[in-house]
Amino acid sequence: MEILAELQRRFGDAIVETHEHHGDATAVVARDAILTVLAHCRDDVALAFDVLMDLTAVDYLRYPGREDGPRFEVVYHLYSIAHNHRLRLKVRLDEDDATVPSAVALWPIANWLEREVWDMFGVRFDGHPDPRRLLMYEEFVGHPLRKDYPITRRQPLIGPAT
Amino acid sequence: MAETTRQEFMLGEGSGTGGGPQNIQLGVGPAHPAMHGIIRIVTELDGEVIVNADVEIGYLHRAFEKDCEQGGWNNAIPFTDRLNYVSPLINNFGYASAVEKLLGIDVTERCKYIRVIMSEISRISDHLTCVGASAMELGAFTVFLYMIKAREYLWELVEAVTGARLTISYGRVGGVKADLPEGFAERTLKAFKETREVLDEVHRLLTGNRIFMDRMVGVGALSREETIAYAITGPLLRAVGVGYDVRRAQPYYTYDRVEFEIPTQKDGDNYARYLVRMAEMEQSMRIVEQALAAIPDGPINVDFEGRPIDPAAYVDQGKQGKTEGLLLLPITLSPNLQGQQRADLNRVNMGDKRVVLPPKETAYGSIEGLMNHFMLIMEGYGIQPPPGEAYFPVEGANGELGFYVVSDGTDRPYRVRCRPPCLPPVAALPRMIAGEMVADLIPTFGSVNMIGGELDR
Repeated sequence: MEILAELQRRFGDAIVETHEHHGDATAVVARDAILTVLAHCRDDVALAFDVLMDLTAVDYLRYPGREDGPRFEVVYHLYSIAHNHRLRLKVRLDEDDATVPSAVALWPIANWLEREVWDMFGVRFDGHPDPRRLLMYEEFVGHPLRKDYPITRRQPLIGPAT
Repeated sequence: MAETTRQEFMLGEGSGTGGGPQNIQLGVGPAHPAMHGIIRIVTELDGEVIVNADVEIGYLHRAFEKDCEQGGWNNAIPFTDRLNYVSPLINNFGYASAVEKLLGIDVTERCKYIRVIMSEISRISDHLTCVGASAMELGAFTVFLYMIKAREYLWELVEAVTGARLTISYGRVGGVKADLPEGFAERTLKAFKETREVLDEVHRLLTGNRIFMDRMVGVGALSREETIAYAITGPLLRAVGVGYDVRRAQPYYTYDRVEFEIPTQKDGDNYARYLVRMAEMEQSMRIVEQALAAIPDGPINVDFEGRPIDPAAYVDQGKQGKTEGLLLLPITLSPNLQGQQRADLNRVNMGDKRVVLPPKETAYGSIEGLMNHFMLIMEGYGIQPPPGEAYFPVEGANGELGFYVVSDGTDRPYRVRCRPPCLPPVAALPRMIAGEMVADLIPTFGSVNMIGGELDR
């Protein structure tokens, strides 16, 4: 698709990989370039991705063939109201350096979505103004959507000391 | 500690009559009569004006996304019922379609129409609940009762089709659970007649009502730019004049073959949202009426000769080797066991044997059918989409409901992500209520239509 070609032409090596499985245009972006790419996608007239539809992550720890690769992928789903097209951007992260620059300055909705990713996956967002958990409580230990977090684990009830 | 005197309290450090304005904190929720779900809004008040607010969510978190990874692909369907529990059918179909996209399969024509019809009925009942509840919180209890009455007619339709009212689990990857029952079209049209009467009554009660307008016009407004920046979709986006609707922008099922309008308003306040929702219900009814007229026909009940036999007798005959002609015999099964005739099932479900459970006649009556059934049910087998990822958006009642699914090629989802349509507006709630009175919090929160099930997942 021309969006991917355009991104590759403009950003060169920063676009690590592209594919279009099932018709979803997808680009894997180098971490250092993600903010530049996101800002370009939002502001460029021909792209005009004005909506950050979704921001989530996937833990590839147990994925066949990717056990040794970068563990996390942070996934951005963009949508353009003007042009009615979609784009998926992904950033791959190693476990010991799971940090991405925060996109809150570009879209305010990234605030909550990034808080949820931090909560569920333990991926940190650099420059996030309010890095609290979103769904779990502050005393919760661990990040439940990680593949090595057992679903049967119970955590102590919290509350005022009696 | 010595008891603080009144004078000390008034003049003490950081309180009372000391220097400067002193804001107080007021926590609304987690359990509050005017909250539709469990959510906490910590407001900072200057007198009665909300200066700032912080929204705490997660009280209804029940690990939807983690749970989906534990079972087969179809096992996630009941969990999706519990996302938006006012319009669960849309969640069912959204998830099923995401998996279908991953598998690269397409459902039958009739199934698409059924999904359209049931989605729109759900959308109407969702809007009825939202408008009715917000009106009730402003004191218009009559409206609430009227709208719940109309919703009841629609839920009776849902019950007739799915066998349940809320936890319907009607969608299936590759189809739906069962065909529409006999006389469904007439019942629907009758229910719509009642619903239209209710909507008409509500219009006369609310639209233009002085008290209602005073509380809604200009309250909770959000600018067009901010609405887009907050990724808000659905009625709230259309209330600021952006006609984005997934049904029109990226048509799925048969939405490109029915005529409907996308109602928009300009002001982006609570009143505009109310008007958009009211207009959308009428459009949804239009869609259903067209779909009912266009749905590919075929006898619902197969015209068969001879009596249907009991499943037990069927199995017995099969065991005795009397399989000749057995496949052609009709069988009586309770509707809960998906006991439709085979022709019905083929009409609403696609023929792909990798995905769709075979009819019970085949499962009981032939070894191939039984194997097919087991291959889809047994752990480690079942539906196995090729490795990859897919995102499928549908228009939920609150906006774009997207499912992002990742498969590693096994029978379990590797990752299921639900893009909840009511999370962005709740995230933007502090912006909507800042600078307004405490009492305005209630209609604004009502117009956001927060659904705890999908917000907290």
